[in-house]
Amino acid sequence: MSNVVIIDYGMGNLLSVCRAFEHLGAKVVLTDSGKTVENADRVVLPGVGAFADGMKGLRDRGLVDSIKKYALNNRPFLGICLGMQMMFEISEEFGNHKGLCLIKGRVVAILKTGAEGRPHKIPHIGWNSLLIPYIRKSWNDTIFADVAPEESVYFVHSFVVVPKNEENNLAYCEYNGIKLCAAIKSGNMYGCQFHPEKSGDVGLRIIKKFLTLAV
Amino acid sequence: MHNIRLIARLDVKGLNLVKGIQLEGLRKMGDPHFFAKRYYDDGIDEIIYMDIVASLYERDNIIDVVRKTTHDVFIPITVGGGIRSVDDVRKILRAGADKVAINTASIKSPNLISEVSQKFGSQCMVLSIEAKKKGKMKWEAYCDNGREKTGIDVLEWAKKGWKLGAGEILLTSVDMEGTAKGFDIELVKTVSSAVPIPVIASGGMGCVEDIEKVVGVGSADAVAMAHVLHYNIKSVGDIRKELLARQISVRMV
Repeated sequence: MSNVVIIDYGMGNLLSVCRAFEHLGAKVVLTDSGKTVENADRVVLPGVGAFADGMKGLRDRGLVDSIKKYALNNRPFLGICLGMQMMFEISEEFGNHKGLCLIKGRVVAILKTGAEGRPHKIPHIGWNSLLIPYIRKSWNDTIFADVAPEESVYFVHSFVVVPKNEENNLAYCEYNGIKLCAAIKSGNMYGCQFHPEKSGDVGLRIIKKFLTLAV
Repeated sequence: MHNIRLIARLDVKGLNLVKGIQLEGLRKMGDPHFFAKRYYDDGIDEIIYMDIVASLYERDNIIDVVRKTTHDVFIPITVGGGIRSVDDVRKILRAGADKVAINTASIKSPNLISEVSQKFGSQCMVLSIEAKKKGKMKWEAYCDNGREKTGIDVLEWAKKGWKLGAGEILLTSVDMEGTAKGFDIELVKTVSSAVPIPVIASGGMGCVEDIEKVVGVGSADAVAMAHVLHYNIKSVGDIRKELLARQISVRMV
């Protein structure tokens, strides 16, 4: 059975995340302690809400340096939604805010119009298909190994990450013709813009794979 | 085209799923969690639990129902009914809900919409509007589960709600609720074209053609259904297949 440390920094609904991991047999430790994070061998950074509030939540608990230290050793890390966005260098949500800088790139607002120039609804809410970026041949050897292209997962977001390096793109989705980054990867560090804990069986398969990443 | 969300709406009274006609004349159906789990297994996209007596008797049973559901239902859960404060919202989210739907309390104090969306994000603030037709292209917002008039115009209220920070609108037609005679298409179209946030059409779903109309003509972003599912008239899987056959884009399961 895998142990997983889920970071509790005062943002959003952690119960669902915990339940999904527990459902798959993981032993969950919910923590706001930097020491616990540093000594963990599997860490999840969940979160829903505004970027600046999220970073403040991490700073107030002294978690920023601990997460950076943890991430240095290529141990399994999964950021979900806001947790994924905070892995980047900077976000443009309500002004410019510095992130954890684990991955190069920025967080920007989803374009207000689709590819054909027509306004569309923001936030992007709902189930959307996961697609393999051009530069990747497959999802083998990633936490998406058991996901087939075009399987759907649940999104709810108004901002989206733009990784500086193409190779960090693990999956994308299309919203009225525009491409949105849906997941990222850098070694054993992963981020999902969607909510695997709310994406039914597909999401559970992703979480299960994350739990089997070699420590 | 974006995928239309299929949502099961479960009206809960005490510890029972109930189904009424035009929000009155209730019939007890059983454990809400049992139904939620069945719909989840059949591939529903989201669940809405509506505590339909909470605002009258101020009860908290719904918290237990939600907590139970999070054990084996891994899709978004919205909870509505009797939510009066930021503190109520916190409790419901802690129990495992992803969003709250607020009607009565937001009519009494619209600032609650802003407070909730600032505190927890607009994605979890669903403005629930119960609309009753008043005349040609005019609807009045009702509260207390379709029992009380408010004198507020639905369209104006939807726009105000969006500006205050609502992330979605759950739009229930009091006239069509429980009739299985189709959605109030005009109502959905009017609201959906006036706000840039997603609109969930609720009340009246009887057959798959109703969904086709409310999506095609009404521009609904999601549909809530109760009757067809609770009475086992159609399964979620069948509805999905029929929609795909009609080229309505829904999630592939």
